Amino acid sequence: MIPAPFDFVRASSVDDALAALAEHGDEAKLLAGGHSLLPLMKLRLATPAVLVDVGHLGELSYVEDGGDHAAIGALTRHRALETSDLLRREAPILPAAAATVGDPQVRHRGTLGGSLAHGDPASDLPAVALALRATMVVRGPQGEREVPADEFFRGFLETAVGPDEMLTEVRVPKVAGAGWAFEKFTRRSQDWAIVGVAAVHNGSTGVALVNMGPVPLRATAVQAALAAGATAADAAAVADEGMDPSADLHADADYRRHLARVLVRRALERAGA
Amino acid sequence: MHVSPTVNGTTQAHDVEPRLLLVHYLRDVVGLTATNVGCDTSSCGACTVLLDGESVKSCTVLAVQADGAEIVTVEALARDDELHPVQQAFRENHGLQCGYCTPGMVMAALSLLREHPDPTEEEVREGLEGNLCRCTGYHNIVKAVLAAAGMPGATGVRA
Repeated sequence: MIPAPFDFVRASSVDDALAALAEHGDEAKLLAGGHSLLPLMKLRLATPAVLVDVGHLGELSYVEDGGDHAAIGALTRHRALETSDLLRREAPILPAAAATVGDPQVRHRGTLGGSLAHGDPASDLPAVALALRATMVVRGPQGEREVPADEFFRGFLETAVGPDEMLTEVRVPKVAGAGWAFEKFTRRSQDWAIVGVAAVHNGSTGVALVNMGPVPLRATAVQAALAAGATAADAAAVADEGMDPSADLHADADYRRHLARVLVRRALERAGA
Repeated sequence: MHVSPTVNGTTQAHDVEPRLLLVHYLRDVVGLTATNVGCDTSSCGACTVLLDGESVKSCTVLAVQADGAEIVTVEALARDDELHPVQQAFRENHGLQCGYCTPGMVMAALSLLREHPDPTEEEVREGLEGNLCRCTGYHNIVKAVLAAAGMPGATGVRA
């Protein structure tokens, strides 16, 4: 399978990439690791006229100590998240979840920012960003703005990043010592989750679900139940409340609801919520 | 678009269409046909090569993304009649049946051993999760990788 023809711009910096986006507008897509975008292009489900390649920009590949948070460059690859000592110490759910994305070859190429900006509800890391209450830093012609994870995912494969903007950094609150769990159910180890859950218990509990609707979703009913004093088992019983999961080859909607309740219970118990 | 990757130690220079996939570049432009196209959907790993020292699925990388990079394919491993330790271990442990997945399996194993020089069996099984063997010959492939881990030069590439 071959993608439809496109023009290729190799950006030399973030500013260069933003200039290319300004020039080509909606016709252009940013290319990071390409492991979400290229498969869609090979199936002709995406046919951008211009690809702006930012995958090689070292200036956006880093994990740094930002004081109360870890600052992660958007082009940091999954493998670098997996092996980051800072993240293992301060936000261990992120490297643990990154280590389950796809397979080693995918993790050598895929990036945190690419995964988040793609906005696929079946991807693992958006749910982790929600559970951790991460903040996305988005740069555009008007400068830089911060977007909380809860306002970032807008629709199916749609995020708060505008066509002339670029996700440049992800800020993850330090939660060393917090309880956490990332659970997902797949038919084969390298597959997307049929359903997944990320939970972080740090005083209050953040819980988010993978593949339970058109966007990565916060499990608000579970969080409310926990805040009102419910046990993990009772809170997990409402895991699918207000959600409208899709049906596909792997699971019908009822099975996804069942998986959500089971996986949330396991995650809450492991996280000590 | 002009690309100039280094493939198995030799610097290349070609003009290619931006949509050319790395696996087709390696097979059809450079002429190295050991790397197989399997599923063509980044699932099976038959097209695995090393890109700057790490395993990647070359059906999901554009040739233009590899401009300036260092690519290693399975052709670079053996020297004359002497197999690379990972190849030798696959041979000795019967780590292949039909052989179609083998080039990708060997490259994935090499990358795995670079990250885990002394892996447990579980680490080998998980580390090869991106490579499918439709003969289902996994048991001997795992044995081969564990055997290779103990051999001198198992993580090296001489290209």
